[in-house]
Amino acid sequence: MRIEDYEPIVGKQIIDEFWLIAEKLKGKVIQNINSTAVGGGVAEILSRMVPLLQSLGVETKWDFIKGGEKFFWVTKKFHNALHGKPEEITQDMFDTFLDVSQQNIDEISIYGDIVFIHDPQPVALVKRRQALKNKWLWRCHIDVSNPNLKVWNFLRDFIVLYDAAVFSAPAFSMQLPIRQFLIAPSIDPLSEKNIELSQETIDSVLKKYGVPKDKPIITQVSRFDYLKDPLGVIDAFKMVRRYTKCRLVLAGGTATDDPESDKVLAEVREKAGKDPDIHILLVPSESDLEINALQRASTIIVQKSLKEGFGLTVSEALWKAKPVVASAVGGIPLQITHKYSGMLCHSIDGAAFAIKQLLHSPAYAKRLGENGRNHVKQNFLLTRHLKDYMLVFLSFEYSDDIVNL
Amino acid sequence: MAELPKATEPFKFCTRLHLRELTGLRASNLKQLVSLIKTVPGSSIYHHTHHFLQQHQYLSPEPPNDFAYWVSQVLGEERLGERLAAIDTIQYSTIRALRERIVETIEDYLNSYSTANLKFASEGEEFHFIRSISFVLPTPYEAHDLQELVDALRKVTIDSIYFHIFESRLRLEKETNDISYWIEGCLGDKELADEIANLDPYTYTLEGLRENIINLIEERMKSITDSG
Repeated sequence: MRIEDYEPIVGKQIIDEFWLIAEKLKGKVIQNINSTAVGGGVAEILSRMVPLLQSLGVETKWDFIKGGEKFFWVTKKFHNALHGKPEEITQDMFDTFLDVSQQNIDEISIYGDIVFIHDPQPVALVKRRQALKNKWLWRCHIDVSNPNLKVWNFLRDFIVLYDAAVFSAPAFSMQLPIRQFLIAPSIDPLSEKNIELSQETIDSVLKKYGVPKDKPIITQVSRFDYLKDPLGVIDAFKMVRRYTKCRLVLAGGTATDDPESDKVLAEVREKAGKDPDIHILLVPSESDLEINALQRASTIIVQKSLKEGFGLTVSEALWKAKPVVASAVGGIPLQITHKYSGMLCHSIDGAAFAIKQLLHSPAYAKRLGENGRNHVKQNFLLTRHLKDYMLVFLSFEYSDDIVNL
Repeated sequence: MAELPKATEPFKFCTRLHLRELTGLRASNLKQLVSLIKTVPGSSIYHHTHHFLQQHQYLSPEPPNDFAYWVSQVLGEERLGERLAAIDTIQYSTIRALRERIVETIEDYLNSYSTANLKFASEGEEFHFIRSISFVLPTPYEAHDLQELVDALRKVTIDSIYFHIFESRLRLEKETNDISYWIEGCLGDKELADEIANLDPYTYTLEGLRENIINLIEERMKSITDSG
């Protein structure tokens, strides 16, 4: 993967600017540290970012901490608690975290000019900072807007030792005495989930899942989880279908670590009954290309979540120039400006009304989709994410609002 | 055919990239909003009145500034939203003056419609104050005459256009945009400089602005070469 691969999408001028910024980072070593090389969103982002930065001539490395089953069980509990999920947190958990962190502090080699720590698992490594004269950056990929304070305050003692922190959305952050940057996550336009597909491929996926193309297709892609409100989507669909012929596709998987998802799927199936216009599709988690095809086959894409992280499925849909109706929760309002690049809603009735409006006004729907694609191109592609990271690295050298490089 | 005049100094194109920094400050209603607008750093006022231009640069008509959008869409105060959107930003040559105008608009409204302050944003929809940090970088593009200026204007990014038209005028507190400044100062063409300065850049998309500036310069070049 090289930066030039993105030139046909974002244009030569943007790539030229990347070279200008990268030049200013020459001689600096960026050392990323997280907990795993595979699995999870952080590893996915790093597996793309690291080679791209290297292709720009920025010396970028990627190291991992050592954990063990008990440590990662504890950090999973921390993760859930930071998200606001009720979890019992014991002193034993904190002790496990501190013990394993100390082993990593003793053993890991720190050599970066900028040490870029991702998420809570390796956060304690910052204790090495005093002996070194480098810069430390903590990237929080989690929504900590409503955290379990016992866990947050425990982690906060480490976070305040960093030079700066990075959050994905303003609402996901907490007040801290260090600099905080806002860097939204991104989608990769060259990944299987987002690459252009031929009509043949799209049709073959529709055929495989038994979805006819005879009526407009309304789709929600999400795992079967109450927080994604698939039952509400069926209600909204039924309200719309009173006036317009259409089909509903609910596509997603059940998460193996979520025992509730089978229950949700059963309820969704029961609610859908034998309705021939409602298609409940269980799509395996590695089927990115199929999700891509289902999104591209859709007339309207819905994301009617009750609670959401950043909600990057919205950017995926907008990148395909689809009109999107989505709840104004989590990071979704950053991706959709209401009535400019999609429609925001707050209820089942609101979702139904917006879907109906878009089905009845195809020219307006098309314009929203095109605006949405442009918005994603400008703000939510991997290239923008990469540029923001390079600017944060540069910001360690300057404190002014306007920096002449 | 007359030749195009050469500039005393070349126009050197820069580009501007921005990074967003969180201030941790947020407002849930109009009173909180106006009180924070009075005290946040100028770079935050600049961000909320300008980032739409770059973030939504393809939209025509463009959405208004962040304050107007939030007041209309989240608080449902469309009358005030309209007044904030209508603030003629081009008339203000400093962030301080722009800030005062925004404060005055909201306070006047609160005086007339005091119940407006009873409206609160729901959780997660608060107004978050963000400040913008600009990184200004030189680009390889430069121009010695109008033809070279047009050639470069076609090639540079919209970020570069943005920097020379908006940022240099308001944030660096120059009297006019960089292009007009150079055309008048280094080519001595006050008429063309004024024509470009008189465009209201806030009512175009950045691509539309690029095209309009190019058109004005090309018309001027034609009249110069035809006059010979």
